[in-house]
Amino acid sequence: MNSLLSQQVPLVCYLLLSAVLFALGIVGFLIKRNLITVFMSIELMLNGVNLSFVTFAHQWHQVRGQIFVFFVMMVAAAEAAVGLAIIIAVFRARATLAVDRIDLMKL
Amino acid sequence: MNGYLHLWLIPLLPLAGFLINGLLGRRLPKPVVTAVALLAPLASFAIVAVAALNFFWHIGPFASVLPYTETCPIAWISVGTLHIDFSFVLDQLSLVMLLVVTGVGLLIHRYSVGYMAHDEGYARYFSYLNLFLFFMTTLVLAGNALVMFIGWEGVGLASYLLIGFWFQKTTAAEAGKKAFIVNRIGDFGFLIGMFLLLANFGTLTFSEIATKLGQDPGWTGGVVTVIALSLLLGATGKSAQLPLYIWLPDAMEGPTPVSALIHAATMVTAGVYMIARNHVLFDHSPFALSVVAIVGAATALFAATIGLVQNDIKRVLAYSTISQLGYMFLACGVAAYSAAIFHLMTHAFFKALLFLAAGSVIHGLGGEQDLRKMGGLRKKLPVTFWTMTAAVFAIAGFFPFAGFFSKDAILYAAFQQGTAGKALWFVGVVTALLTAFYMFRLWYLAFFGESRSPEVHAHESPWSMLGPLVILALLSIGGGWIGMDRFGSFLSAVTGPTIDPATAAGGKSLDLILSAVAVAVALVGWYIAHSFYKQKPERPAKLAAAMPGPYKVLANKYYVDEIYGATVVKPLMLTSTYVLGWVVDKAILGGSAWLLGGLATFAGALLQRWQSGNIRSYAAWLAVGAAAVLLFALVPWATFLANFGIHLTMAGN
Repeated sequence: MNSLLSQQVPLVCYLLLSAVLFALGIVGFLIKRNLITVFMSIELMLNGVNLSFVTFAHQWHQVRGQIFVFFVMMVAAAEAAVGLAIIIAVFRARATLAVDRIDLMKL
Repeated sequence: MNGYLHLWLIPLLPLAGFLINGLLGRRLPKPVVTAVALLAPLASFAIVAVAALNFFWHIGPFASVLPYTETCPIAWISVGTLHIDFSFVLDQLSLVMLLVVTGVGLLIHRYSVGYMAHDEGYARYFSYLNLFLFFMTTLVLAGNALVMFIGWEGVGLASYLLIGFWFQKTTAAEAGKKAFIVNRIGDFGFLIGMFLLLANFGTLTFSEIATKLGQDPGWTGGVVTVIALSLLLGATGKSAQLPLYIWLPDAMEGPTPVSALIHAATMVTAGVYMIARNHVLFDHSPFALSVVAIVGAATALFAATIGLVQNDIKRVLAYSTISQLGYMFLACGVAAYSAAIFHLMTHAFFKALLFLAAGSVIHGLGGEQDLRKMGGLRKKLPVTFWTMTAAVFAIAGFFPFAGFFSKDAILYAAFQQGTAGKALWFVGVVTALLTAFYMFRLWYLAFFGESRSPEVHAHESPWSMLGPLVILALLSIGGGWIGMDRFGSFLSAVTGPTIDPATAAGGKSLDLILSAVAVAVALVGWYIAHSFYKQKPERPAKLAAAMPGPYKVLANKYYVDEIYGATVVKPLMLTSTYVLGWVVDKAILGGSAWLLGGLATFAGALLQRWQSGNIRSYAAWLAVGAAAVLLFALVPWATFLANFGIHLTMAGN
């Protein structure tokens, strides 16, 4: 017996939503100046990928994709901790969060 | 008791002396330096002396017989079928040579203690001298050509270091370079000879080569001649023969004891030794032998004529050394190897003595080397005078001095070789006349008449220097009494049988006649020198003025240095400066380096823009890259390209 979800909403919609989320993440990453927004865009990309994982896991009736999502979330949480710490450090040092200004490594 | 001789100690002890004095000499007190420097050759000489007692007179602990081989237990070179051991061989030939090298070497070390006493580089000097002994004994003891080559190159190095010992003097530094470079040409010949030996015989061991040559009588001419001539080229470099003799006169820039040890008594005889060591090769090539004889005879005469007019006391002796080495080559060329070695030995005695006595004169005059400024030294330097007299009589070939016996043996051996041999004999006799003349010229100019520079107060050298002179004088007087017969029969195990005057054509009387001729010729030379430099000292100048052309040619040493300069050095310099320096180095190498550098800089300038430091641009490139990879992986390129008629063959298909 098919689930309600798969009956009503076709698979392609989930994947499209996932792709849209991922693309939004990329665009946000590329055009936003604020470091925190950039950071959130990364989270958006991760979640877009997570969505496709869950979709495929459901489609193929395999739990592996779902497990992977937990891994991604875990890594994302760790990354958020480290990333935010870095952002605070940067802000303390430079008094700005504009990505363009953080270019000390430039030649 | 069958003990071990420990041949390896003979070279290694001087090496230890070299290391101690070379590394620590500057910090050690002078007496310690002296002790180390003298103990090394003394110990080596003691070992050789024990071996000599054992094998000459059979007094000693060793039951073994010659040749006595000692091989390093660790394999030296072992590649495929090529096996070369680091081996030393003691046989009659190397034993005689070792006695000369370590014996004369010891005396000259002793002499140097006095001669170099006030030199700043005292420890350096003795470390080099010990280094020389290390390499020379290695050369002599070598059981194969490669070990010999190590010694051969090593003595060249020691020679270079000692010629340029006073390197602050430009002439000395350049003389050292000249010696090294000219020797390099000879070494090239030696190397080619070795390669050919390996290619044709598969071995470098002297005894194995001799065995292989002996087994197959088909080895004549051809490749053997080429090998022998290559080795001869090596020998002419080391032994200062035509055409590579030019470095030896310049080598006189080194300290005089060095000239005595390296450039008269031992190192320069290495070429003769090498030919004697490889005599089986030469025996199988009559052509190579005749070349050796001609080179020897030509050099003997050529150098003697230059020696006639030199004014530097050491240069006279240098040309005389070249001339006497020519005698040895002449002897080798008529296959009288034992006569060559006999002359090598007596020459080592009297030529070392001549140089040391000249050194004593120079020392006594405070560094004066010009014969024209000497004179009247007979009374002021009595010991030097009398020892020098012994040496002059020995080299001129007067009975019963050492030179008489060995020179006579060579001339006799040459006379036995048919018509060509008679010609060689004649050249030898003329050279003997010239030798007697220029040696007595030196003798008269230095020791007789009035002092030509009265302001210099000549003083006799200390006994540390005179002691070796006296010992060498005794050897120069008595060293020949071993006699060619005994010497030849002792060496015959290595060098083959010698001609016995008793059974040869002409018999004993021919030998006597030839000896008489040689002595008579020497007397004539003495008489001419006497009339020129004792009776009428103005005569030489008159003669030179009467024949300005020949005199100038001789005084300028036949312009050989100039000819070599114009034909070899100059073109090489020009080629190096313009072709190699400008075209190859500056244009091709420098240009390509500049081009590569420019290319890298340019590429860097382009790529630099990528490194904007802007995180977003990095991220954009990352996204573009990821997209490109996806595109590459997802688009069915093979099908796509097939539309245009391009077919990719995949690994799986």
